[in-house]
Amino acid sequence: MSERLKVNVCGVEFKNPVIPASGTYGYGREYESLYPLSKLGGISVKGTTLNPRQGNQGPRVAETPAGMLNSVGLQNGGVRKFLDYELPNLLTKDIRVIANIAGATVDECAELAALIDPSAVDMVELNISCPNVKQGGAAFGTDCNVAAAVTAAVKKELPHKPLMVKLSPNVTSITDIAKAVEAAGADALSLINTLLGMRIDIRTRRPILKNNVGGLSGPAVFPVAVRMVWQVANAVKVPIVGMGGIATWEDAVEMMLAGAFAVQVGAAIFADPYAPVKIVDGLEKYCADNGIANISEIVGTVAPW
Amino acid sequence: MYKQGKYIIAEKRAIARGVFDLTVDCPEIAALAEPGQFAQVAADGFFLRRPISICDIDKQNGTIRLVFEVRGKGTEKLSDLQKGGLIDIIAPLGHGFTVLDGKKAVCVGGGIGTPPMLGIAKKYGGNAEVISGFRTAGIAILQEDFAAAGCKTTLCTDDGTAGVHGFVTSPLEERLKTDKPDIVYACGPMPMLKGIANLCKQYGVQCEVSLEQRMACGVGACLVCVCRTVKNGEQLLSHVCKDGPVFDGEEVDFS
Repeated sequence: MSERLKVNVCGVEFKNPVIPASGTYGYGREYESLYPLSKLGGISVKGTTLNPRQGNQGPRVAETPAGMLNSVGLQNGGVRKFLDYELPNLLTKDIRVIANIAGATVDECAELAALIDPSAVDMVELNISCPNVKQGGAAFGTDCNVAAAVTAAVKKELPHKPLMVKLSPNVTSITDIAKAVEAAGADALSLINTLLGMRIDIRTRRPILKNNVGGLSGPAVFPVAVRMVWQVANAVKVPIVGMGGIATWEDAVEMMLAGAFAVQVGAAIFADPYAPVKIVDGLEKYCADNGIANISEIVGTVAPW
Repeated sequence: MYKQGKYIIAEKRAIARGVFDLTVDCPEIAALAEPGQFAQVAADGFFLRRPISICDIDKQNGTIRLVFEVRGKGTEKLSDLQKGGLIDIIAPLGHGFTVLDGKKAVCVGGGIGTPPMLGIAKKYGGNAEVISGFRTAGIAILQEDFAAAGCKTTLCTDDGTAGVHGFVTSPLEERLKTDKPDIVYACGPMPMLKGIANLCKQYGVQCEVSLEQRMACGVGACLVCVCRTVKNGEQLLSHVCKDGPVFDGEEVDFS
């Protein structure tokens, strides 16, 4: 691995800017049959809550043109299992670990942060944008005051870790939310979470998802994500990790040109589990072919008309 | 342990109306595969892969067979794949069936749930009875394959056009009464699996059922393919791809 792909996001150095997105890669165990995790810059682990959660009833997935809807509902083993079982394993893998946390209340988010702060994770990603839970989730991420309050409460409990806040695209103005979260102490922003969507089975006249609605991801959302990253990059000073429909190295370059310091890759992994590795290799070649000494040089360099 | 790659389709046959049988040349997958596991198959132009059970494994020749029914546009696309072309699969995935060496088994398949019974039935040969049910005689598949493996076959059709007129549960119960097997394997529609699991419980016979659900990753990462299970009295949402597709019949919550 060369120096070309090294990136720094709010003080955390990643060997390359490619990070599997939360909820699409578990805790990394499932893909080790194919390649070592060390190929990737980091991993954003499955959204972790204070207590174990079973999530929503199935079906939880519906295919869409160029993407999918999901309504998992934050099924996970809880923060104790993450800290005691998953994290020790990840720490042996030479990969940056981003703890993705979600809470039903502000207090719960703060409590999670306090439990994770002393651990060896590299960064915390606060999920204020899950569309599939009744409490917390997107309810935190769609109101500037609430988003700021939960960010500040979590930040207070994280004296030793940088805090990245994951934003929802299901808002009128994502830049307003971004600015509110930045002012409340976020060290970085990640966006976008999934777009709320719905599919209906025309034979049964029932929604395909048992939860009726779910989050849209995959290449279908990519242009929306690029637009939002670009808008937010022009509105805040903190670094952005861009995601939403990235499937190829070209997509990753586009997202970085829009203003992302690093990228997360999600649903594309389901279609091609090697997608994140191919993106790393493609970025390496892109830099070599274009005389780019370090990929960070291109961040935010789109020249708008 | 699983692999992903593009492999050559060594054979393609249409074995019934809308049912296709692909033999895939994939030695590295065949070496790892066990009966009851499945493959995630990419369909050109569709975002998600289609989970298809592995019907048969030939470790010597390095091939697996994938038998599937055209159910929607994705599987219709898969039916366009041709002999000599490439198929993109991730396999073998999930937990397969438990094999009891030297024991007697009954394998029950309902419709397109029949293919995964071939691999497991072959493990038992003459010690296996295969009871398979189809809507009608024209879509009864794999009967010769089961017979060639030395298994006793009992064919049922819903409309009585071949074999026993009625559901698979009648001949199964008869067998459980008269000549109790050591284990029953089943794959098919949920109501059928429920009936089989109940019968096995009633007659005190071990039962394993193979489930299906809409999937995305297929490897246990995305958590979308849930099914309801009960373990030690606790209600759980398990995942068909990783915890299954084969489950103990008593662990599945059919309610």
